Amino acid sequence: MDCILIGSNVKVLAKAVQSLSRLGEELYLEPQENGLALRTVNSSRSAYACFLFSPLFFQKYTPPKSSTQRCKMVIKSVQAVFKSLSSLEKTVEKCRIELDIEKSRLTFTLHCKHGLLKTHNLSFQDSESLQAVFDKEGCANTLTAQPKLLVDTVLHFPPSLEEVRVSVNDERVLFRNHVEDEAEQSKAMMTEFCLSAEEFDRFVVNMHTCITFCLKELRGLLVFAESSGLPVSLYFDEPGRPMVLSLTDSVLEVNFVLATLSEEGQPRNHNSNMRRVSEPPITDDFMNDDVDYIIAMEAGELAGDSDWPEPPRHALTPPRLHGAAGDQQESSGECEDEDGQQGAVETPVEESGRPPNKKFRSLFFGSVLPTPSQMSNRTLQSQEVLASDSEDEDGSPSP
Amino acid sequence: MPLSTQSDQGDGQYVLVASLDNVRNLSNILKAIAFKDHALFNATPNGLKVTVEDSKCLQANAFIQSEIFQEFTIQEDSVSFQVNLTVLLDCLTIFGGSTVPGVTTALRLCYNGYGYPLKLFLEEGGVVTVCKINTQEPEEPIDFEFCSTNVTNKVILQSDSLREAFSELDMTSEVLQITMSPSQPYFRLSTFGNSGNAHYDYPKDSDMMELFQCTKTQTNRYKMSLLKPSTKALALSCKVSVRTDSQGFLSLQYLVRNDDGQICFVEYYCCPDEDVEEE
Repeated sequence: MDCILIGSNVKVLAKAVQSLSRLGEELYLEPQENGLALRTVNSSRSAYACFLFSPLFFQKYTPPKSSTQRCKMVIKSVQAVFKSLSSLEKTVEKCRIELDIEKSRLTFTLHCKHGLLKTHNLSFQDSESLQAVFDKEGCANTLTAQPKLLVDTVLHFPPSLEEVRVSVNDERVLFRNHVEDEAEQSKAMMTEFCLSAEEFDRFVVNMHTCITFCLKELRGLLVFAESSGLPVSLYFDEPGRPMVLSLTDSVLEVNFVLATLSEEGQPRNHNSNMRRVSEPPITDDFMNDDVDYIIAMEAGELAGDSDWPEPPRHALTPPRLHGAAGDQQESSGECEDEDGQQGAVETPVEESGRPPNKKFRSLFFGSVLPTPSQMSNRTLQSQEVLASDSEDEDGSPSP
Repeated sequence: MPLSTQSDQGDGQYVLVASLDNVRNLSNILKAIAFKDHALFNATPNGLKVTVEDSKCLQANAFIQSEIFQEFTIQEDSVSFQVNLTVLLDCLTIFGGSTVPGVTTALRLCYNGYGYPLKLFLEEGGVVTVCKINTQEPEEPIDFEFCSTNVTNKVILQSDSLREAFSELDMTSEVLQITMSPSQPYFRLSTFGNSGNAHYDYPKDSDMMELFQCTKTQTNRYKMSLLKPSTKALALSCKVSVRTDSQGFLSLQYLVRNDDGQICFVEYYCCPDEDVEEE
C-alpha cells in the first residue's frame, strides 16, 4: 500500500487517529480496494470505530497488490507521528504512508516546511481483520444533527459521567445522566437536557425508546466531528441493541458502534421478532466465505452449535452477541450505505418503569484469518483469544 | 543561632560586585542550565561563566558578558565559587519573577571572596530582600578539549526548526542519534523507541539552515537523558550551532536574546554514547 495525502487532509487523518485513541488502544490499519480503513475496538469490546478514507481522499492511493495487508499497532505510536496537531496544517505539506507487509515496514513520511523530512518507521503486528457487523439502516430511529448541537449537549454533563440515557419520542430527545442505583440517585446531581425535533437536520423516530450508552465514545467521535464540521447521525433501536454513530462525506465514512445497556427483564432474544434477523446464522457460510468479516452473533445460537469455549462469567459486561451472522453483510463489511429507513419496526417497545439493569450487551467481535480456503471450525477456535476476551457469557441462562 | 559558618563581614572589600536592572536577564539564562544543583561560577573581567555538569558526560556553560550587567566590578583576574543553583534561582525569583511589563526586579550581587557567602540584594517596588547563599569549594570543571580546529562537522540552524523536532522526539528512545554528512541525509536526528524509529532530516539548503559545514559523514549517539536538559536552552534560543569533533563529542551552542535584546550564549558539551560504525 502506498498513499500520499496533502496538508489539510493530513490533519483530518490525524484527527481521526486522535478520535480513535479516545476509544481503543490499538489501531487496526487496513488498506482496502475502496480506501484506507482505520479501526479500533475498546478493551471491553463494547465499542468499535471505523474510519474509511476513500481513494479520492488521497492524492494518490495504491491499494496493496496482494489481496490483503493489515496490521495493528499501538495507537499512541501513530499519534506520535502527528504530535503537534495544532501546527500540523501549517507545517506539513505532504504525507506519505507506505505499508509493505513483506518487508514488515510501515512508514509515515511527512514532508514539512523548510524541506524538513520526518520519517517514522513504526513497528506493527500482523492482525486479523476487525469489523463489526451492524445494520444502521435497520434501526428504527435516526437522528442527524450538526456536531455543534451534540457538542453543546454533551458539554452539560460532567466529565466524570460515564453513561448517558437518551429517550426519544415524536417531538423531542431527552438526554439525562444515567445513575446506576437508587442509593446513588439521591446523592447525584441529575442533569436533563431536552432537544426538540426541529434542532435536528433529520429526525426519524419510529420507536419511542430509551437507551443508555457510554459518553466516552460519543465524545471521541465529536472530537472528529467538530473539527470536520460534518453532521453526525445517530442510529438506534431498542435498549440493548447497538447504536451507530456515523459521519459521511464524499471521501470519508465514519462509523462508531456502541453497545447500549439492556433493560432488565427484556427478553434476551428480543430481536427474534425483528424482521431482519429472522434467519438463523449459517455458521458454515461465514467460515467459508472469502470475505473476512467480523462476526457478531447471537450468543446462544453460537454456543449451541459450535465448540466455542465456555467463556468466563462476567457480571458487568456480559456478551450480548448481537445481530446474527445471518445478517448477511456485503463484502465491504459494514460499509454498505443505502440511505433511507428500511425495516421500520412494527412494535414500539413497551416502556418498563424499572431502572435498567447495568448490563451492556457487548457487541461481539470475532475474527477470521485471511485464508478463507482453510477456514474451518478449528481456525475459528484458534481465534478464540479475540472472541472470548473479557466480555463473555453472562450469568443469566441463555434463552 | 544561624548555622552559617561563613561570616558576612567586610562589606567594603567585595571581590565581585555585579548589578542588574532586570534580574530575569540572569535568572532566565541560568534556568537553561539548571539540571543539577551545583553550579560553578567563574567571574573574569569579561563576565560571568556558570558551569553545571552531569555524570562527567555532560557539561553546560552559560556566558553572561560583563556588558549585560549595569555594574560589573571585579578586583581579581578570576573569581570562582560554587553555589547551589536551585537555591540561587529560588532567590533570584523570590518576587515571583513577574512578567508584567514595567515591573522588574533589580539585583545586586556581591561576593567577598573565598570562604564568604554570596550576597544578593533584590529589590522590586521599593521592597528589598537580602539573600545570603553559602558558597562551596569550587571544583575544577571537566575539560572536554573541544576546540574548533578539531571540529569535523558544523551546522547552524534556526532554533524554531530544531525545537519542533525536539518537542516531537520519541522519549522512549534511549539515545538520540545525530548524523552529519556532506551528502544525504546531511543533518539527521534519529530515535529508536518502543514504537519504531523516526528520522528527522534537514536538507542543507533549507532556509532554516544558516550554515552547513560538513566534511565527513559522522553518526554518533548521545544519551537522550543527557540531552534532555538542553531543550531548556533550545527553548530560549534563537539560533543553535551543532558541532561534532573527530571523536564524536557534541557541542551545542545556543544564542539567547534576553529581554533587552542583548545576546548571551549557552553551551552544552556531551560525550558520545557509543561508537557507531561509520557508513
